[in-house]
Amino acid sequence: MGEYLLEMKNITKTFPGVKALDNVQLNVRAGTVHALMGENGAGKSTLMKCLFGIYNPDGGEIYLEGKKTNIHSARQAMDNGIAMVHQELHPIRYRSVMENVYLGRFPGHMGVVDHKSMYDKTKALFDDLELDVDPLALAGEQSAAILQMMEIARAVDMKAKIIILDEPTSSLSDREVEHLFKIINRLRKQGVAFIYISHKMKEILEISDEVTIMRDGTYVGTWPVVNKETGEKLTNEFIIRQMVGREMTNQFPPRTGKPSSEVVLKVENVCSPLKKSFQNVSFELHKQEILGIGGLVGAQRTEFVEALFGLRSIASGEILLNGARYASKSPGFAKSKGLALLTEERRATGIFGILPILENTVIANQRHYAHLGVLNDRKRMADADVECKKLNVKTPSLATLIQNLSGGNQQKVLIARWLLTNSDILILDEPTRGIDVGAKYEIYNIMLEQIAQGKSIIMISSEMPELMGMSDRIMVMCEGRVTGFLNKGEYTQEKIMAFATQFAGHNTAA
Amino acid sequence: MAENVTTRSRSKLFTVSGIVILIIGIVLYFMKDPMGLRRIYDLPNFLIIIGLCSILSGFMSKGKPDDVLELSGKAFGEFLTNNAILLAMLVLVIVICILQPRFMQIRVALDILTQSSTKLIMALGICFALLIAGTDLSAGRMVGLAAVVSASMMQTATYANRFFPDLPQVSVWIPIVAAIIACMIFGALNGFLVAKFEMHPFIATLATQVIIYGACSLYFDMPPNNSQPIGGIRPDFAQIGQMRLFSGIYQGFPGISILIPISLVICAIIWFILNKTVFGKNVYAIGGNREAAVVAGINVFRNIMFIFILASFLYGIAGVLEAARTAGATNNYGNGYETDAIAACVVGGVSMSGGIGKVGGIVMGVLIFTVIQYGLQFINVSPMWQQVIKGVIIAVAVAIDLTKYRKK
Repeated sequence: MGEYLLEMKNITKTFPGVKALDNVQLNVRAGTVHALMGENGAGKSTLMKCLFGIYNPDGGEIYLEGKKTNIHSARQAMDNGIAMVHQELHPIRYRSVMENVYLGRFPGHMGVVDHKSMYDKTKALFDDLELDVDPLALAGEQSAAILQMMEIARAVDMKAKIIILDEPTSSLSDREVEHLFKIINRLRKQGVAFIYISHKMKEILEISDEVTIMRDGTYVGTWPVVNKETGEKLTNEFIIRQMVGREMTNQFPPRTGKPSSEVVLKVENVCSPLKKSFQNVSFELHKQEILGIGGLVGAQRTEFVEALFGLRSIASGEILLNGARYASKSPGFAKSKGLALLTEERRATGIFGILPILENTVIANQRHYAHLGVLNDRKRMADADVECKKLNVKTPSLATLIQNLSGGNQQKVLIARWLLTNSDILILDEPTRGIDVGAKYEIYNIMLEQIAQGKSIIMISSEMPELMGMSDRIMVMCEGRVTGFLNKGEYTQEKIMAFATQFAGHNTAA
Repeated sequence: MAENVTTRSRSKLFTVSGIVILIIGIVLYFMKDPMGLRRIYDLPNFLIIIGLCSILSGFMSKGKPDDVLELSGKAFGEFLTNNAILLAMLVLVIVICILQPRFMQIRVALDILTQSSTKLIMALGICFALLIAGTDLSAGRMVGLAAVVSASMMQTATYANRFFPDLPQVSVWIPIVAAIIACMIFGALNGFLVAKFEMHPFIATLATQVIIYGACSLYFDMPPNNSQPIGGIRPDFAQIGQMRLFSGIYQGFPGISILIPISLVICAIIWFILNKTVFGKNVYAIGGNREAAVVAGINVFRNIMFIFILASFLYGIAGVLEAARTAGATNNYGNGYETDAIAACVVGGVSMSGGIGKVGGIVMGVLIFTVIQYGLQFINVSPMWQQVIKGVIIAVAVAIDLTKYRKK
């Protein structure tokens, strides 16, 4: 065995119209965490899909433990000791956790499954990873964090030598991240290599040994996080500079102007019919204000804004929109009243994957282009074109299917969709989740532009810097209740965390 | 051997080859009789039509932006998979023409179009349900319902076994409207079950299918008819399905069945609805990602209701046309039509998982089935073998279609 456990050499992959990967290298040592970084569309996911056999690269070679290996399917990848934990997990919801762990390789004889042995093995596996989950519980009832651990457990059981983690912490609370890192550290000591894809700088610097950076489908370079000779550590600024290829002095654009005193939305004692969901939520949203909503996963923030938008029902309480009573029956109604909702789950509730960018951009605003139900194509095209250009959506044409865009560009199309409706109140649920630094900055700029035009924004964010950097005021929720407000100037991570964990003990973090 | 072709040179190619075919056609047309080439039947006429179409499409694509098309082995392979069924049909047609030259007649082509007409109307109705990742099992029974209802009110006064013995000679439109409304009521039921309870369309339309058949049979069984096939259809009603336009403009011309223009008009309307209206775009959106459509503020309930009502409207028209064409009706009319319509849609590239499908594809799908069925009959292939071949076509067509989306 050579120096590296995995060597990917000169990997090239072309899609119609796009060169997704151009002579990319990736060398991973055994027993290390190797961070793979780059903006959205830099080609990280494509490279991983080549390694995992989902795509066949057009050129280049893959060496595992010095041996040239061809991987044409996920099955082959797994047989070669490569496992992948995807960003969005799709467990078989109505089967048990243990069946999900042993899916495709149930223990047993001659086709008869040995449930006892499966249970014992899963239990042992979970104990080893300090995971307190009943193997018989339904997978669909588990949190994202547990599902992720379940996937890692599965990889461990399959004796994986390389585990790919794609944005593992995007939906995890800080405590869950801590637990994940503990598991990673333990497995690393056992010689397992991790390829860790993330945009979170702090995590990368904390957990990884080496960083490979990609930009626009090309290889930029690989650096150790701590230089062995000089003892110097990589810095945020250095990584961002390599990723975007330019200096990035400010993470957030400067905020000019202040929210007005005019109240556009007043929410009073709004309760969900479900006991465990949001209860007694009250706040005021001012014109030209960015109200941040902070909290841990499970704080029911998403559920609350979905109810505000008419996707869920509200049992009691009062909502005043511009002084008039407002009770949303449906998203269509909310839309007509000037609300817009950018949902958290881009793929599940945002994009229409098989439709072109054009349709994805104008779908919420169709009526605007129609006369007696008949659409004016020229107007639609023109509007979509202007909006996508303004938001800097990188695409060959509006006819491109949105599923072929990177996550950041998909998100920009979704924002364009809601900007076209010219709504007064934008509700943004994790607007920059899984998006690279450059695109984030662009989205922040768009937000400020909207504010300057007299709009108001409610922003849910689980990223502390973003929450503190962008909000005019922060409302913190914990287990469905509002636990506190913080005004600009008094933000600290500790204060927010204190509110977010007010009912600690009930907290279901793993 | 990768060579690049622009659309401009492609349009030139179409124009030039069109002119060549046209000239061959004209030459053959005038040579046929003196040279004793009677065995080629209407081939010259076909060549002239094909030539004209090719020239026209050459001119049409001229104005389009100058895309660069790659001309290579790979592109050729893609062309083959994209048009596999069409090419297979062409080969079959050529083989049939060689085995049985009588196939090369304008009369045959018109027959094929006529037979396709009602099937096309059915397929255009059912495509909406398929586009939202559903299906519609009640389509065939709706045809039966519309046929029975319209025929029951359209019997001649002198016919012995009248459904409504005392019914005066009403306007032709009344039974037609009644039949279509009857279908639309059941269409609304389909839509309501699917939209309100989020029932899978397979189940909802299965239930409706059974209900419709039962209701239709009850109606059909009412005294004095007592389940007798409805006959003695008034000629003015039968004309709606049997009229032939331009017959005898030259000797031996059979005339164009009125069903052809009817289905073409419906085809154009459906194309317009799917491509140019808010409703059409909403259909694709709901099929593409229902959850996202809800979030985007689309009224899914209303759209799904409308989908099934519009579809049943088309089935109603198909049913009336069937009754008129055959000048009769029984409660078993339309049985199984939905599977043919679904097969045609699917072969025409409509995806069962929703969101993908074009009117042009559906027209092709319907034509392919009729051509193959008619052609096989023409060369005396047994009906049992025809069934086998039909099934194989469905499987192969869809398999090829799916490989398109499974590019790695």
